[in-house]
Amino acid sequence: MVNFLPLKKAVAETLHDGDTVAFEGFTHLIPTAAAHEAIRQGFRDLTLIRMTPDLIYDQMIGMGMAKKIVFSYLGNPGVGLLRRVRDAIENGFPRPIEVEEHSHAGMANAYEAGAAGLPCAVFRGYRGAGLAAVNANIKSITCPFTGEVLAAVPAIRPDVTFIHAQKADRKGNVLVEGIIGIQKEAVLAAKRAVVTVEEVVDSFDDLHPNLTVLPNWTIAAISIVPGGSHPSYTHGYYERDNSAYLEWDEIAADRDRFQAWMQKNVIESSADDFAARVEHLRKAA
Amino acid sequence: MSEIDLGFTPNEMMTIAASRALKNDDVCFVGIGAPSAACNVARLTHAPDITLIYESGTIGTAPHILPLSIGDGELCETAVTTVAVPEMFRYWLQGGRITIGFLGAAQLDKFGNINTTVIGDYAHPKTRLPGGGGAPEIATSSREVYITMAQSKRGMVEKIDFFTSFGHGEGGDHRKRLGIDTAGPSLLITDLAVWKPDRVTKEFTVVSLHPGVTREEVQATCGWEAKFAEALDETPAPTELELKTLRDLQARTKAAHAGTAKGKAA
Repeated sequence: MVNFLPLKKAVAETLHDGDTVAFEGFTHLIPTAAAHEAIRQGFRDLTLIRMTPDLIYDQMIGMGMAKKIVFSYLGNPGVGLLRRVRDAIENGFPRPIEVEEHSHAGMANAYEAGAAGLPCAVFRGYRGAGLAAVNANIKSITCPFTGEVLAAVPAIRPDVTFIHAQKADRKGNVLVEGIIGIQKEAVLAAKRAVVTVEEVVDSFDDLHPNLTVLPNWTIAAISIVPGGSHPSYTHGYYERDNSAYLEWDEIAADRDRFQAWMQKNVIESSADDFAARVEHLRKAA
Repeated sequence: MSEIDLGFTPNEMMTIAASRALKNDDVCFVGIGAPSAACNVARLTHAPDITLIYESGTIGTAPHILPLSIGDGELCETAVTTVAVPEMFRYWLQGGRITIGFLGAAQLDKFGNINTTVIGDYAHPKTRLPGGGGAPEIATSSREVYITMAQSKRGMVEKIDFFTSFGHGEGGDHRKRLGIDTAGPSLLITDLAVWKPDRVTKEFTVVSLHPGVTREEVQATCGWEAKFAEALDETPAPTELELKTLRDLQARTKAAHAGTAKGKAA
């Protein structure tokens, strides 16, 4: 059953060196505060999974925490490349990193298979695509009914999934709304799930019946971290800090500037600092 | 007298020519960047009912400004509905609902194959690019694919370094031989010209030059030997409405993104 915990404790109790972990969020609701807490606690040898690794995986890989990355789009959305990840892949700095690359369709299907308890996902994909030749986990399967050759990829089953969401009720049920991405599947596919939320409300009694609500028994821990997805956004709470994404391109371009930035904004910082970072991005009431 | 300057840049011509290719009843899977601008100009001019879909799950979106990413809040707020990403790719794309997949490209060859993955060798790349995202399946599950990019010798090459998205492969019936039953790339709009695949070889052929553009200019910025149709058209110049719509959209976008530029990175 879910526990409401300070983020520091939630991360320490669920994540371990060598784990396979997903910090999911599809542009919206990126769990930045949770990722920063993991960086502060200095985990090593992680396998990082995410459809759209952006700043937080650039940061974790730049800090040397990952041995492998599984992904389908390796960019700074709307800006360009991820320079710390590039340094790891192109130059092995600060350590070499293994790469397992998919398409969005491949990853989305693999998470869904994980949530569904299946060993693999089957879909119409990767036809003519070069990825099938460089990723041994992309295979094919023949439909026993029609003979059509389809793509198959193994299910994603993270040890831990971290997501950020709008709110929890007092019982620990969690509401996700807006661009919901792959969050529900990533939580249900994982052995343990941790959710950071903007706030806790008394009850969800007045919600529309078909909203995406994760029941409390699907989640290991909830941490209340207002602003916890900055510089991503939380629909209904604050907007995306586009300038921070532009600025990151310059910070990450230089190894020393990156280290200095991480020291000041992550290592010497805490989850409590996020609320102030989104203050100017909240819509006027 | 016209209210605005009717002179136009090659990029404006590219976006507007691309927008004209879209129809009111199209269901278009929109790539970020140049495709996104073209799709929204179409929606704001001749195709008000077009369904624009971004891979974040937003279906039938009508953003007031151009999104910086495929998952901006504006896309969700103005959409008919927003679905989860697995549903997006399984039901809507794989299910055959998309009429046009609209893609940009870092590297493109004459058969419409696209590379956005690596420059150099995959295992030891010279430059690691972002990769495919949704593109590998957009390129094979959409009924047709439109591509838009500015011409350059670096971008339009004889041989791409990696097949991120399959176009017509080696040309001819290569798609069919791989069991791909969709049409594939049927249109390429650059800043200089409009290209269409040859009916048999599937090689992109220039069918229309933008106003004032010469064959030599097209060839000078293209890494393969460009072929030209016998009956070469001139692309109609942008109309006042098209230019005003595009410029207003870009001005609104710039103002909105500057509005969040006071933030500190974290």
